[in-house]
Amino acid sequence: MKAIVHIALKPGVLDPQGQAITGALHSLGFDEVTGAQQGKVIELDLQGVDRASAEERVEAMCSKLLANTVIEQFSVEIID
Amino acid sequence: MRTAVIVFPGSNCDRDAAHALTMVTGKQPAMIWHRATEMSAVDLVVLPGGFAYGDYLRPGAMAARSPILRAVREHAQKGGLVAGICNGFQVLTESKMLPGVLMRNAGLKFICKPVELEVVRTDTPFTNKYDEAVRIQIPVAHHDGNYFAQADELERLEGQGQVVFRYCDNPNGSINDIAGIINESGNILGMMPHPERAMGQNGDQGDGQLFFKSLLDAVG
Repeated sequence: MKAIVHIALKPGVLDPQGQAITGALHSLGFDEVTGAQQGKVIELDLQGVDRASAEERVEAMCSKLLANTVIEQFSVEIID
Repeated sequence: MRTAVIVFPGSNCDRDAAHALTMVTGKQPAMIWHRATEMSAVDLVVLPGGFAYGDYLRPGAMAARSPILRAVREHAQKGGLVAGICNGFQVLTESKMLPGVLMRNAGLKFICKPVELEVVRTDTPFTNKYDEAVRIQIPVAHHDGNYFAQADELERLEGQGQVVFRYCDNPNGSINDIAGIINESGNILGMMPHPERAMGQNGDQGDGQLFFKSLLDAVG
């Protein structure tokens, strides 16, 4: 079983890296880009847990370590 | 004053901190490796600058969950003094011993230069030797020093006078020009600038000396 964790800055938190990406894309002529948000993807390999408890435990992992919830939000996807 | 410096893999200001502490107290600090689970009784613990655990995941994230941090937390809970400098400040916010977070600098660049700070609080164990509202020059050297706290947290910090140092000319985008803060109990301080690099031996004014002398004065 795998868990895919997506971590992104919360809306409203200043994202200078996203702004730099937007600016760089504009300079390459991609004017349709109105914003970019840079985040992280973490893939976890899991063993010996069922789907429901995997979801619960990975969310606990996010709150305890993988995301800093002062500025980041996360979502968890479990893949069999 | 008995002191200790915590050494993480990737710390690079641990010896600078030890040098400053030895210079001011006349005694060498205990250097404590991150894997230690306990430490001898000291008055002050310094979490030094550097890139603990390579700043993997987020600056300070791994260090905040390392074995020694439990002992540092217990030391603080008993009222012991803790100073987190630069990466040490990031460790303190990641471990929730101080509120907020240090984000990537607004200009995205690593900044390494002397900056001017206003000493906002002079009634703390870390700053009692400074004159009120004095401006001092201390170097910064960081990529992630952009302090941020949610609105309610920031209001609480400001309302309780927990901002100890402010940048006179904000280099990194920190909210409210915050360069250093203290916890509610007044025994845990985190700051991005490096007082241990301003001891008057590198052509600087030596404005960091009073930081360590304040601690010596507070502890005896």
